[in-house]
Amino acid sequence: MTHTRTIRLTVNGTTRQVRAEPGHTLLDLLRDDLELTGTKACCLVGECGACTVSMNGRIVDSCLVLAAEADGAEVTTIEAVAAGGGLDPLQQAFLDSGAVQCGYCTPGQVMAARDLLARVPHPSVAQIQEAMAGNLCRCGCYRQITEAVQAAAAAVDR
Amino acid sequence: MNGIVGASAQRAGGRARVTGAQRYLGDIHLPGLLHAKLVTLDCAHARIRSVDTSAARRVPGVALVLSAADLPQPVPRFGPQYRDRPVLATGETKYHGEPVAAVAAQTQDAAEEAARLVRVDYDELPAVCSLAAALAPDAPLVADPALRPGDPLAGTNVLHEHRYGWGDVTAARSDLVVAGRYTFPMVTHFAIERHAFIAAPDGDGIRIWSTIQHPYWLQRIIAELLHLPLAKVQVLAPDLGGGFGGKQHAKYEPLVALMALRSGRPVRLLLTLEETFQAVRRTSAEVHVRTGFRADGSITFREVDADYLLGAYADIADRVVGKGSYTSCGPYRVPAARILARSVLSHTPPATAFRGFGSPQVLWAGESNMNEAARALGLDPLELRLRNLPRRGEVFIPGDKPADGQWDQTIRKTAELIGWGSPLPPGRGRGLALGLKSGPTTGLSYATVRLLADGSVVMSAGTSDMGQGARTVYAQLVSDELGVPMDRITLIMGDTAAVCYDQQTSASRSTVLMGNAVLQACREIQAKVKAMAVRLYQVGETDVDVAHGLVRLPGRKVPVTDILGPGLGPLGGEVIGNGESRKEAEPGHPLSGSAAFYEFNCTAVEAEVDTGTGDVALARYATVSDVGRAINPLQVRGQDEGAAVQGLGHTLMEHYVLAEDGRIRNLGAIDYRIPTSMDLPAELYSDVVENADGPGPYGSKGMSEGALLAVAPAVAAAVTDATGAVVRDLPLSPENVWRALTQRALTQRALTQRALTQRALTQRACTADGDLMKEMRDESHSES
Repeated sequence: MTHTRTIRLTVNGTTRQVRAEPGHTLLDLLRDDLELTGTKACCLVGECGACTVSMNGRIVDSCLVLAAEADGAEVTTIEAVAAGGGLDPLQQAFLDSGAVQCGYCTPGQVMAARDLLARVPHPSVAQIQEAMAGNLCRCGCYRQITEAVQAAAAAVDR
Repeated sequence: MNGIVGASAQRAGGRARVTGAQRYLGDIHLPGLLHAKLVTLDCAHARIRSVDTSAARRVPGVALVLSAADLPQPVPRFGPQYRDRPVLATGETKYHGEPVAAVAAQTQDAAEEAARLVRVDYDELPAVCSLAAALAPDAPLVADPALRPGDPLAGTNVLHEHRYGWGDVTAARSDLVVAGRYTFPMVTHFAIERHAFIAAPDGDGIRIWSTIQHPYWLQRIIAELLHLPLAKVQVLAPDLGGGFGGKQHAKYEPLVALMALRSGRPVRLLLTLEETFQAVRRTSAEVHVRTGFRADGSITFREVDADYLLGAYADIADRVVGKGSYTSCGPYRVPAARILARSVLSHTPPATAFRGFGSPQVLWAGESNMNEAARALGLDPLELRLRNLPRRGEVFIPGDKPADGQWDQTIRKTAELIGWGSPLPPGRGRGLALGLKSGPTTGLSYATVRLLADGSVVMSAGTSDMGQGARTVYAQLVSDELGVPMDRITLIMGDTAAVCYDQQTSASRSTVLMGNAVLQACREIQAKVKAMAVRLYQVGETDVDVAHGLVRLPGRKVPVTDILGPGLGPLGGEVIGNGESRKEAEPGHPLSGSAAFYEFNCTAVEAEVDTGTGDVALARYATVSDVGRAINPLQVRGQDEGAAVQGLGHTLMEHYVLAEDGRIRNLGAIDYRIPTSMDLPAELYSDVVENADGPGPYGSKGMSEGALLAVAPAVAAAVTDATGAVVRDLPLSPENVWRALTQRALTQRALTQRALTQRALTQRACTADGDLMKEMRDESHSES
């Protein structure tokens, strides 16, 4: 009855091939098929940002991207951010600033912040808060997240 | 001390959280797992005529379809306070989203398809979804009176009445009485991690994974329901992605457990965000407050009538009502009080604990009432608070714990941070409010600390870490007491089979109650190491002291790690310490126990209101909590500022929109908005008062809820200060604020008209302003 489709994509630098069910999203593909559970699921309607990943150099809510749309794409997830076992300065800044409480939204926050810093190396507070507005944190760490992004921006200069 | 207590040690588990390696419940995959889906009706209250599961059963991959008819009869019921909630709806659904049936299948897709194919034949019935409807004399009864034997209120929708009081309210002589009616909306926890449950048969027992704050309470519920010994029920509770009270008690674990036993396979139910809205919410409330004052501002009496709207099943919400309303008089010297709080059932999702536990509702009313009183008395709202504030050690609720802090320091610090009394830019207003919450009234926590042969530590505690940072705090305590570096400590939590009992993770108790148990366990280890040293060095007991990882002997100090080898002997082993911390019940106390501590907070706000749209912008925000001692200042700040941001949700934007038939019209993240980074106050200040006067380790107090308590009345007071408009209904959404502004303009116009007419009639030589002020005052006091 169902028609699966073969999706080829590059995830964190590795080429992967997955048979995806119709209607399955990139989020399903990452979490269920590739077992990359660092990307989190929450609202499934593109409002909370927990499932944020980078696709072809842009961040997307992976719950809103059909797996089929990711065919041929280059995807980066939270699992690839800490290079070579050490933490990325942004991840370290999240810890140092107290920007992590329960941590469930953190992978999405880190991906969104990473995207912002790639586009705007020295964002203002207003730019940070606007860029991060699509990533909900119910623990309410917004001030600490803002500080972490600022600290990471400064750390890159050193 | 090695300086770790009071330092901002990095969050235990932090690294796993920033790399995506942290395993939340939804990240667990078990072989042979079945995926479950609930079958619900798109209405609140319905009589179920029949449930036809035949088409659902034919969907390929479906392993099991259960409706109430497939369960033991009568359908088992459970609940933390009353055994009122059936495992599946039986006979009737009583709220929008109550499951009528459940499907388990090989894949989530198959489960969802089958769930859509379950045919439920039902008659929709009238639903009571508001206090007015539920309290109407002819209201349909939410709970079957047969389930309330011997209960005189069984013929009503009032589940319980809580009455408190002291002194003689009627005898109080007041120069001014200020009265008002305040409403608090229905809001939901919206933890970013949705509720999730797995159950798996395990030999002659069962294993349950749950996003649960109280794993031991869940263990008891499942054991009773399945007639199993506690020892055959293992509850695994991985660290939560946010709890906020919503994950305290059993929800669908009993259902998933029965599905696992029936299918013989592990079954997992992951709720959608929409389903979590239908599973947990805060009690909404309508609170009437009357407070009497003398001209100097001292309170003469307070009367509170608080109706809280519960859902169809009690969950823990009746305790929320009882405990929250108990402190309705706030942190004040009130010579006479009469408090009546009612738990009212309705055809809405079961209300449960939510950060603040019933206090934000009565504080919204009580503190707004204080601010209105300050205006009427012509007193500074800060001064009015200070005049009525009990001193440390002073009893302010007869029979309960006296004030346990120098609370005026908290108020003064807040005032300093916000610049209280300094000139305001045009269009801005300031407001201030106090928060008070009673801490745990009973408690029991065990901790085990094992000092291993190489000086590293494995410790276990039954607390749930839901983001508040309990793991970090315990590791800091152990590190300090035993002199072991943080990275050589492993914490085991969230497994009832491996970790000793803890009553619950709630009421901001864990640093205090479990923290004391951890300290005691460390002290037992120190005593054992001391005995080792006495034996090894042939010295007298009084010649040895063990503290912070060092053994002090006459004339020298030896690291504990140096004597562990010879002390333990050739077989090796470990030194085990156990700690136990109890807060016993107190017979006769209205809450069955006095407060272990109080959470005390002061919040002050500077706001600007767009009078065209009603939009409230927060220019400055200050929150200060009396925490006794901050074990980890960074985490304390995170909890305080996070609570403030969460409180801005119910203050400015959050509320369920219920249709008249009880359907929730704004399920999910698109239509129900919570604060984002854009909602942060432009300037946010937080601080703590530390006098080491709490009952926890190093004088700490619980502190995770305090900064949420006073958000709404502080913001509302700033709105009034800026515009003159008084808002008594939350949230202070643009719509509600705009309505209040419009109402005020209309009232003012009418008053001016009246004043002008009167002046023309009497030709009295007085200013219109004076009359206007007096009449407005009269008006604001005429409500009750």
